[in-house]
Amino acid sequence: MPTSSSATQFIWLVPLLPFLGFLANGLLSLVPAWRGERADVTPAGRRALVGAVGVGVMLVAFGLSVMLTLAVSGKDTTLTSSLGTWMAAGPFSVEWLLRVDRLSALMMLVITGVGTLIHIYSIGYMADDAGFARYFAYLNLFVGFMLMLVMGGNLPVLFIGWEGVGLASYLLIGFWFGETANAVAGKKAFVVNRIGDFGLLIAMFVLFANLGTLDFAQIATLHANLGAPPATLICLFIFLGCAGKSAQLPLYVWLPDAMAGPTPVSALIHAATMVTAGIYLIVRNAALFASSPIACLVIVLVGALTAVWAGAVALKQWDIKKVLAYSTVSQLGYMFMAVGAGAYTAGMFHLVTHAFFKALLFLGAGAVIHAMHHALHAAHQDDDPQDLRNMGGLMARMPVTGALMWIATLAITGIPPFAGFFSKDAILSSVAERAMESPLAEASVGGIPGRLILWFAYGIGLVTAFITAIYMTRLMRYAFHGSFRGGEDAAGHVHDSPWVLRAPLVVLGVLTIVGGWLQLPAALPIGRAGLLDSWLAPLTGAATAELAGTGHLPHSTEYLLIGIAVAVAVAGIAMAFVQLKPATLVRKVDSPADTGIGLVLANDYYVDTAIARGIVGPTVAASRKVFWRGLDLGLINGVLVQGSAQLFGVVSSVASRVQVGFAGSYVWAIVLGAVVVFGAFIVTGAQ
Amino acid sequence: MIREALVVSAILFSIGVLGVLTRRNALILFMCVELMLNAVNLSFIALSRLHGVSGQVFVLFVMTVAAAEAAIGLAIVISVFRHYRTVDLGRIRLLRG
Repeated sequence: MPTSSSATQFIWLVPLLPFLGFLANGLLSLVPAWRGERADVTPAGRRALVGAVGVGVMLVAFGLSVMLTLAVSGKDTTLTSSLGTWMAAGPFSVEWLLRVDRLSALMMLVITGVGTLIHIYSIGYMADDAGFARYFAYLNLFVGFMLMLVMGGNLPVLFIGWEGVGLASYLLIGFWFGETANAVAGKKAFVVNRIGDFGLLIAMFVLFANLGTLDFAQIATLHANLGAPPATLICLFIFLGCAGKSAQLPLYVWLPDAMAGPTPVSALIHAATMVTAGIYLIVRNAALFASSPIACLVIVLVGALTAVWAGAVALKQWDIKKVLAYSTVSQLGYMFMAVGAGAYTAGMFHLVTHAFFKALLFLGAGAVIHAMHHALHAAHQDDDPQDLRNMGGLMARMPVTGALMWIATLAITGIPPFAGFFSKDAILSSVAERAMESPLAEASVGGIPGRLILWFAYGIGLVTAFITAIYMTRLMRYAFHGSFRGGEDAAGHVHDSPWVLRAPLVVLGVLTIVGGWLQLPAALPIGRAGLLDSWLAPLTGAATAELAGTGHLPHSTEYLLIGIAVAVAVAGIAMAFVQLKPATLVRKVDSPADTGIGLVLANDYYVDTAIARGIVGPTVAASRKVFWRGLDLGLINGVLVQGSAQLFGVVSSVASRVQVGFAGSYVWAIVLGAVVVFGAFIVTGAQ
Repeated sequence: MIREALVVSAILFSIGVLGVLTRRNALILFMCVELMLNAVNLSFIALSRLHGVSGQVFVLFVMTVAAAEAAIGLAIVISVFRHYRTVDLGRIRLLRG
């Protein structure tokens, strides 16, 4: 095991490596011959170099992350490395400080581990793309900023990463910017995220005004000096930032549109890592949040509502990626439910397992889309390769992908022994436990008792689990079973993907199966219980105890809760098998439109329409009429710029009449002037 | 004596000014300017009785400068005439704004 002091010197190298990869590939992508504007495919040799750089830096970063994780696994659980002062103004001073502790180490492992797999996968997935080098540059850039985010030792350094991942996300959503819809989706993600970032900035200002520090370690020790109102205010503003980044109500609208990016991007950024930054930020400030039960209950409520809200939309989506996108929003709601209820371990646990199985689902969906795209292309059909109605019967043609996606599906629905079962159970049990007996249950927000909110969240959690089971089973049955609906010609061209695509899936499949052993419930005697609990205890133990009280559930109650959760999941799968009729499905172009509640869900409750009419429309109209025509064209351009020019024109045209060019009249003026001057001398009697 | 000389000087000067104001022929204007200069010379001579000889010395300077001015002015008038075939200042309005 490396000693802490020798490990410390590698801390800055971890985020630096992906940035170097970004620079290298970014410069390559600027070389005209490599940019591939006309060439459709980047030549294999160049692809190998770009891919080696992109994956290479990730592998080294992963190795360093493992080493740093080992370094903080002992008695000394925190390493910091500072590059000196970033900015200092009076009492305000911010250091370039990176911090590796057990929480950031966990996040680093997920980011670099899952990130490496997705980089490898991308080599195969993006092979046909002209912007190969640009893609890897952006992907490395994202990882670099994401590592800054989780390793930042104070809020401003975290904020660099926070904004940086937003930028990388924007660049990658709009990666195929040739189509307007993709560019618009990137813009939407950026703008919606700005609303959340604004909240995070306000939180920083209030925090500094009250505590005089933005350093995480100091916040954790000084937060007791905050009164209850500022603490709640800070927590709610931080949560606004989290809601933007992690796609919670009402700021979730950007995530489904973010699916416009390449599928590996959706897997890495919009499922496994970036969108979990909000969860991370709350766990990072667990001590602060634990001091504000009101903020905690609000988070529980928003998380629960988001979970069921987005889950229901996923029931009616036909685009395979949209199903997974709404599913991600829903699962993020679960995580917020957990961290809101003070079950920080459960939230982080679900974050990790979700990263495994959701990345697996997205990469599997990517393999399906890849195969469908090639098959439809080969058959000269322009059907949508992402639409479930055009798929069907893929299991026989893509057995490896299908089997792995079934594993991930069982995991996300919460079937034992897959990872999702343990993490979902951890969340539901801890919410139920806190609803029964905890300081949080005694608190209240706006007159609503905390106990009610927690039971409500638990109930919603079960409903969401049921919905999750239905829509995931629906996706699997429509895509992989029944008969192929993409047409006779295309059917022969559907093949399982090459190994560069399948290998990362297999690794994620293994992680999805064994990931649950990170944090086993004490009630199940199949291994050491609560590994993650004891891993995170130095950071979140006190905060967890503050909100959860001291009581422990008896094993019989835990068995009951586990039983309920599994029963709900099984019921959902069963219902999907009984109710859904894949045989009646026809291709997208021949499909009837949804009606009634289905139509509302398929259109995401018309939230986008409402925003377009209620916010975007009036804003654009006001900008056009008031700010553009009125202020810019009218006042600034018309009155100030052209008006002043016209004023001088009029005055000078009057003045120039005086200059008639006839010397006689000038003499008149001189003489009259002389007469007036002398007259004035005489009248006033001046000398 | 000084009063009468000054009155004559003022009358001469006013005639010169009126000539400059009313006439348009460049040569007549020129003569009017000379008239104004000599009106000033007369008042210099008259006032030198009170203030010493410096007034008389000044008159010599004025006459010298007036001679030079007449030489240059007449040269300009001639070249203007060559160009415009007239010395009527009413027709020469190049400075019009």
